[in-house]
Amino acid sequence: MAAAAPADATLVLRDVAKSFGAVAALRSGSLVVESGSIHALIGENGAGKSTMVKIIAGLYRRDSGVFRLDGEEVDFTSTADSKAAGVAVIYQEPTLFPDLTVAENIFVGRQPLSRLGLIDRRRMREEARELFARLGVPIDPDRLAEGLSIADQQIIEIAKAISLDARLLVMDEPTAALSGVEVERLFGVARSLRDRGAGIVFISHRFEEVFDLCDTLTVMRDGAYVSTHRTDEVTVDQIVKEMVGRSIEALFPKEVAPIGEAVLEVEGLERGGVFHDISFQVRSGEIVALAGLVGAGRSEVARAVFGVDAYDSGSVRMNGADVAPRSPQAAIAAGMAFVPEDRRKQGLVMELSVARNLTLTLRSQVSRFGLINNRAEARAADDWSRRLQVKTGSPQHAAATMSGGNQQKVVLAKWLATDPTLLIVDEPTRGIDIGTKSEVHRLLSDLAGRGVAIVMISSELPEVLGMADRVLVMHEGRITAELSRAEATPERVMHAATASTEETVA
Amino acid sequence: MPVAVALVTLIVVTWLINDQFLSAQSVKDLMLNATILVILATAQAVVLITRNVDLSVGAILGMVAFSVGAFFEAAPQAPVAVIFVVGMLLGGLLGAVNGALVTVAKVPALVITLGTMYAFRGILSTWAGSKQYFSGDNPASFGRLSVETVLGLPIITLIALAVLAVVAVYLAFRRPGRDLYAIGSDPDAAKLFGIRVQARVLLAFTACGALTGLAGVLYASRYNSVGALTGSGLELDVVAAAVVGGVAISGGVGTVVGAGLGAVLLSTITSSLTATRVDKFWQQAIVGVLILAAVVVDRVTAIRRANKLRVSEARDD
Repeated sequence: MAAAAPADATLVLRDVAKSFGAVAALRSGSLVVESGSIHALIGENGAGKSTMVKIIAGLYRRDSGVFRLDGEEVDFTSTADSKAAGVAVIYQEPTLFPDLTVAENIFVGRQPLSRLGLIDRRRMREEARELFARLGVPIDPDRLAEGLSIADQQIIEIAKAISLDARLLVMDEPTAALSGVEVERLFGVARSLRDRGAGIVFISHRFEEVFDLCDTLTVMRDGAYVSTHRTDEVTVDQIVKEMVGRSIEALFPKEVAPIGEAVLEVEGLERGGVFHDISFQVRSGEIVALAGLVGAGRSEVARAVFGVDAYDSGSVRMNGADVAPRSPQAAIAAGMAFVPEDRRKQGLVMELSVARNLTLTLRSQVSRFGLINNRAEARAADDWSRRLQVKTGSPQHAAATMSGGNQQKVVLAKWLATDPTLLIVDEPTRGIDIGTKSEVHRLLSDLAGRGVAIVMISSELPEVLGMADRVLVMHEGRITAELSRAEATPERVMHAATASTEETVA
Repeated sequence: MPVAVALVTLIVVTWLINDQFLSAQSVKDLMLNATILVILATAQAVVLITRNVDLSVGAILGMVAFSVGAFFEAAPQAPVAVIFVVGMLLGGLLGAVNGALVTVAKVPALVITLGTMYAFRGILSTWAGSKQYFSGDNPASFGRLSVETVLGLPIITLIALAVLAVVAVYLAFRRPGRDLYAIGSDPDAAKLFGIRVQARVLLAFTACGALTGLAGVLYASRYNSVGALTGSGLELDVVAAAVVGGVAISGGVGTVVGAGLGAVLLSTITSSLTATRVDKFWQQAIVGVLILAAVVVDRVTAIRRANKLRVSEARDD
């Protein structure tokens, strides 16, 4: 089902696969980019776009499939290889060296040399200045990269790519941090590169940009190729359908639970440059999903609510009482529990036993005279692993030995043992196999049934639609839509997350 | 550069208190005392810039210095130039061991080189036992390197300055030298960029070892005796000199010229405290204060920059 590859294609990827252990990040990726054209690559988070970019960049090696550049079979083992082959990649996050000057950041590894073989700093500076003149930005080549705004950093990445004279340029969401003028400038550069015969891959969640800039587009879903279209022959609705086309019924739906009083009230929460004017309520028995794209500011809001990060203004109230900012202890005392996204780093002590991890939050209940009673600990751990059906070789094994799903259950158990009235879960099923996924969903549903208020951050649309009573969609630090369960369709959520059209609600 | 200002101030103040401080003989002693630390600080700076550290330099220096004695005992007629080659090769080999362990094991260099520091020192102790070599055992022409002067500068000091100049030019004007800064500035970005991080870090440790080997050879020329304990504890003085000279322990920042000045400053403090009859105890305390001052200055600038960044980002919205 892969697209046909014409002879003059700059890049051909066909049926490319890449797995990490048991997790298939890319099942069957295909992409054909013709020279002198701009090709958009679109899909939900987790569709496999970034994995594909990393394979093109030489950061990952594919497990199988065809990878050709200008008709030649290639197999990059490092980013140096791909660069030598004429591939330039602009990543979502600028990757500059803060302690080096702007000019040097552009030319590291290929600085112009004088006849003595020494770096010719003056020429390097002048070449940098010429690049910036071409881009129409007044950046001083002699200043350190440290302290540059994200937009300026992105411009430097672009200057880097231009100076490489790449035949294939990959831009992974380059516009996420740019303002309108800067985006226009970037597009101007991209078009001039195209007119000189380069192939360009453009990844973006903003449809209007895709249609404005690109000649063709490829849709991906769940690690596989879906379709390729000319941008003048397709509509946004059609693409959105292809992006999300997946059955929601396969997942565990939330059971109906009586919804009670407001538990959490967030009012006008603001943090400069991160999120703005965030207000919402969560009532007991209710699951509220925070949907949106990666980087929309969802985790940052959760961390601020739980007191891990500071906020500039606004308020957080639990059961009507203000919760002190910047204090997870105050949040826990007020009845909050927080299951972070990265459970390996933030949720579990991987080296400790399963039992120890389970009882970390129960110290006072399992200890006597300030010392932990091993027998009480084992009893509490047993009790919780049974209730959540944690599957582990032995409660004495290190947490690192469990599967992702069981680790997540242990993290959940750890917090449930504190009897919270509000549970915040960030990407509760990321990296968890389908079977365990529905168990985690059942657990969340149970909790809601027992009157716990739940805030669930999720990038997976089926999970959001299946589990949430209400969906708040965030885009670039703001809540762009609030949808009830009945209103929430994949298309509406996606539109609000990309802020693409009229669907946005104040 | 603040460290240069501190150095000049120190010399002037000491001279005002004791005008013998800048007599010809005293200046020569100052230079001789600083020479070895300058080379070591230069070597250490190369590694620090890559966001690594080498704590085994004291042990490497001891090992090489003792080998010099052993070498001249075995081959008293050998030309002096040969021992420089041997010393730098031995040092380079030990440095390469550090570099290989750091790049392969992916364990922080602090831990690796703490381990090799004890290992190298242990090997030296086993080899040397209670044996010592004295300067009288070496060829006279070797000892003269630390006595004779050219244009008023001792020969070993000239060697140190030459080394400093070469390394300074390499770091500032050669592509691999710049790579070292890039790696120390952001190792992940360096990898993403296609810089051969492992090869460069190995190079930095090997260079550090070779230069430390050179310092070991000069140590044997300069000082009266070498034995199992030669160079013990020197590694901390060396790191201190580099840090005081503006080389950031977090990598990516600093120059070998700065590190060299830091070394001169630290060794001059000892002399000037003696010249002004201040209790020797104060030397260490003052060195400590200098290090803290250097770190605080570093930290304050970093925080200022970070704040600026956040504000400029917020403004972009």
